[in-house]
Amino acid sequence: MRTSLKWLQAMVPGLTNDPKEFCDAMTLSGSKVEYYTALDQDLDKIVIGQVKKIEKHPDADHLVICQVDVGDKTIQIVTGAQNVSEGAKVPVVLDGGRVAGSHDGKRTEGGIKIKKGKLRGVESDGMMCSIEELGSSREVFPDAPVNGLYIMPDDAPVGGDAVKYLGLDDVVVEYEITNNRIDCFSLIGLAREAAATFNLPFNPPEIKEVGNSENVNDYISVEVENRDLCRRYTARVVKNIQLAPSPRWMQERLRSQGIRPINNIVDITNYVMEEYGQPMHAYDLDTIAGHKIIVKNATEGSKFVTLDGREHVLDKDMLMINDAEKPIGFAGIMGGQDSMITDDVKTMVFESATFNGTNIRLSAKRLGTRTEASGMFEKGLDPNNAIEAMNRACDLIEELGAGEVVGGVIDFYPEPVKPWRIKFEPDHTNAFLGTDIPREQQLGYLKKLELGYDEKTEELIIPTFRQDLLSFADISEEIARYFGYANVATTLPKTSATAGGKSLKMELEDIAKDVAEYCGFSQAYCYSFESRKVFDKLLLPADAPERKAIEIQNPLGEDFSIMRTLPLNGLLTSLSTNFNRRNENVSLYELGNIYIAKSLPLTTELPDERMQWTLASYGDGEDFYSMKGVVEEFLDKVGMTDKVTYVPSKNRPYLHPGRCADIIYDGVLIGYLGELHPTVAANYAIKTRVYIADIDMPYVVKFANFEKKYTGIANFPASVRDLSLVMPKNTPAGDVEKIFYAEGGEHLESVKLFDVYEGAQVADGYKSISYRLTFRAKDRSLSDTDVNDAMDAILKRLESMDITLRS
Amino acid sequence: MVKEKLEEIRQKAMASIEEAKDQESLNDVRVKVFGKKGEFTKVQKGMKDVAPEDRPKVGAMINEARAAIEERMNEAREKMQQRALDERLKRETIDVTLPAKKNKIGHRHPNTITLEEVEKIFIGMGFDVVEGPEIEKDYYNFTALNIPKGHPTRDEQDTFYINDNILLRTQTSPVQVRQMEAKKPPIRMIAPGRVFRSDEVDATHSPSFHQIEGMVIDKGITFADLKGTLEMFVHKLFGDDVKVKFRPHHFPFTEPSAEMDVSCFKCGGKGCRFCKGEGWIEILGCGMVHPKVLEMSGIDPNVYSGFAFGVGLERIALLKYEIDDMRLLYENDIRFLQQF
Repeated sequence: MRTSLKWLQAMVPGLTNDPKEFCDAMTLSGSKVEYYTALDQDLDKIVIGQVKKIEKHPDADHLVICQVDVGDKTIQIVTGAQNVSEGAKVPVVLDGGRVAGSHDGKRTEGGIKIKKGKLRGVESDGMMCSIEELGSSREVFPDAPVNGLYIMPDDAPVGGDAVKYLGLDDVVVEYEITNNRIDCFSLIGLAREAAATFNLPFNPPEIKEVGNSENVNDYISVEVENRDLCRRYTARVVKNIQLAPSPRWMQERLRSQGIRPINNIVDITNYVMEEYGQPMHAYDLDTIAGHKIIVKNATEGSKFVTLDGREHVLDKDMLMINDAEKPIGFAGIMGGQDSMITDDVKTMVFESATFNGTNIRLSAKRLGTRTEASGMFEKGLDPNNAIEAMNRACDLIEELGAGEVVGGVIDFYPEPVKPWRIKFEPDHTNAFLGTDIPREQQLGYLKKLELGYDEKTEELIIPTFRQDLLSFADISEEIARYFGYANVATTLPKTSATAGGKSLKMELEDIAKDVAEYCGFSQAYCYSFESRKVFDKLLLPADAPERKAIEIQNPLGEDFSIMRTLPLNGLLTSLSTNFNRRNENVSLYELGNIYIAKSLPLTTELPDERMQWTLASYGDGEDFYSMKGVVEEFLDKVGMTDKVTYVPSKNRPYLHPGRCADIIYDGVLIGYLGELHPTVAANYAIKTRVYIADIDMPYVVKFANFEKKYTGIANFPASVRDLSLVMPKNTPAGDVEKIFYAEGGEHLESVKLFDVYEGAQVADGYKSISYRLTFRAKDRSLSDTDVNDAMDAILKRLESMDITLRS
Repeated sequence: MVKEKLEEIRQKAMASIEEAKDQESLNDVRVKVFGKKGEFTKVQKGMKDVAPEDRPKVGAMINEARAAIEERMNEAREKMQQRALDERLKRETIDVTLPAKKNKIGHRHPNTITLEEVEKIFIGMGFDVVEGPEIEKDYYNFTALNIPKGHPTRDEQDTFYINDNILLRTQTSPVQVRQMEAKKPPIRMIAPGRVFRSDEVDATHSPSFHQIEGMVIDKGITFADLKGTLEMFVHKLFGDDVKVKFRPHHFPFTEPSAEMDVSCFKCGGKGCRFCKGEGWIEILGCGMVHPKVLEMSGIDPNVYSGFAFGVGLERIALLKYEIDDMRLLYENDIRFLQQF
């Protein structure tokens, strides 16, 4: 929403001229100012001049020398403008003055200073200006030439202030109005706020009753079939229309609002729209079949051409304005081509109605035609405003001599909206706000906003334009914002103490972050949605369960169309970015959800959101075991080391088939790790080995164990045995370790692998693997026999697996 | 006779100790004097030839001489050891400006660092940190927050829908409702989390970003409490010098509503490029929980009141670290992450 400060000042006499003071105060009282622009901020010493004499420039074909009367003197100006003529009145910037920019419309910050000088040897004492040089545009000055001086009207006083004459001595203020304050999408609404903010009188326009002795009902009849979608429909008729430009004051105000003046009828419609925030529409009565207007829903599948020449296919939910035979306009959105006002209009029907906001919004969306009118209607307008706007428009028509208003108003309004009441509770408000504002002061603020008060019932009477005021809390806000949010004290809640803290889930995530970072991984943030193509990139077969992803109905494009079911794509994409940028040694981790639907498509049940701790890494020194190390550090920190085993993965096509493992805790799959399949790495354009791990955090929440008990420090010496074994290449070392623990007895303290060898010294198909086993008792020194018994048992079991001592 | 001999040995020994340059030569002196064939040993051996009545006297003389020599010898050794240690330490001097040997330690994402700071502040004030689903029911995201079907706010928030009833939450506010349904007042909570809006990716927009929702519900909670709590939060996060300003605003689920600005931490409020000349930076939205919202969540608005607020996490992180492009937060370039 935008307002001209001068226009507001017309309704709020005494309103400040200081734009900063105005904007700051309006923002603090609730009408947030986005920015303001003084239209003349870069203009200086610009007067109305009249060209008296034009001569050719002796040395330049494209230049002429003009003698220009600027009031107190005549100055010489050399110009290249094509449209200069003797007698023309033009804006002239004098020596030492400033213009806003160049004639191509480009603005210069701070303006351009104009000085006396010589042009091709001839003295020039100033410059004649185009509309663009004055910081404006042909958009709002349609009479300005495409490329040339702005020729001012004949009544412009020579020597007068051109900026003032053109209405550029104004400040334009742009507001961010929230959608609850429908009344503030109008100058009257903002003038009311301004008057209350500065505690000044508020003078809205006075409307004179107009209309000749004829009866509108003799010209037109109105029938509303769908009363739910059209709460009010008012119509008046204007005859003997005299199309002409509107007067300068009206053009000036429209311009300051950024609206191009067109002719008196259109300008009045726009003017009233700005003033009242009520869109109106005009139909040529002669085009309306049967002189009858019917408001009803469209026939499904029929077609209609709007005044912008576009053809639309209608559906039965769209509300149409029809004549006796056919549709003539989309209610509240746009009129039809056939009924629009043309230059030879004689009699017109003015419409000011209240349509259902939601219906207009949805229809405009389906039509792809969101107009200024539909934008207003969709907010849900006050029906009582419709008639005021209508009467104001008719008043202006008479005032401007644009036509003759026919007497009477057609007003379909079966259920008038009446002001409602809210209990005035000043003490409750003070208790709610934490303030101590006297009752009379509270009431004062509310009265300024045109709320009524019933002394007897102690009720506030809410004017219908304040549709946002429905409850005690709403009233308290009005009081708070006029008391000033800044004047409300700052206190801390004086309430029951609460402990506060994080959940176990969050604590575990913090541990995951710490472990990842101490292991060299940096934290990444990736998107939750991705493309279906990801599944192909990860080599998942057509029937993979991961492909059962939740789809977004209205995605930002295919790349963001499904909710991820596995976390790899985000990190791999990030690694790819890093690799592409030649970043060496990159290790990233992410904590983020995957989304698993219990069944697809989703109906009413929400999916399972599973937090994943995912790690991915490439670079020097990275291998399967370093990644495994990170996983183990974490499992150790959360007390899960004991029951974890690693089993080669079977169904992970995105991993290297010989270098991948499922992480099993007490029989439950809690994650996996491995080297990325080289084809997948290639799909992500990562030309090196990548290692990844993923832990399904809900299982960590389930199994994490922080119970620890001190078990003493060993006082007796350990007995150590080194064991070099020869075993089939395919037997995992993990199986051997299981046997150590199964057969090693209670004194086996630790098992440590210290060598793995495959090669010439070992038979084909076999590998050699060496362990150091440490035995220790808590209460005595172990004897050789103690240890030997255990070793014998171990070797015996190993032999059964074709594992022997290396000779 | 013995006395003279001892004196002679003593003189010679002292001189040799004096001359000894290193521990080895000192050891030679020791052998020469006290060794099996040493001069001193000879004198000791000669004790048997001393008259018995003179023996105590001679013995004392011998002991005295021995002690004196040994003491001098020890002194000399200690000096030498000290010198040797000094020399070693001098020799081992290193260039302390050479680079360190470090474990490669990773970096937390600036979003997380910021979030953890915020969490710490509110946990200190007795707030629980809670979470809610990212794929959420329309009811919790809109209807229960006083945004019924057809409300224009629904359009403004550019929602991603899964179906008519399920959507990607556009705000963390639905967690408020879930908490009110699940718990009895007093409630003090913050709910950080991921939210989604269909904004195209650019320097200031992302279809996925994070908010931190906060809410306090109890008897007698006032708008002044809201101001006080948030002012304290800002002072802890940005420093005590930062000023706050509350401006009236509108949110369907709070009334009165406000937006909170903080004075620009770059220019202190004078106006600079960072704050676009305004001197103030918008930081969060807040307000008193709307009585309708309380009611819908089963809390009696005649007994309880409360306030709520919502902060954009990325917004704070971008401001705090002066990051000029939001895309950097989701690109995960290691050269970016390593700066935090």
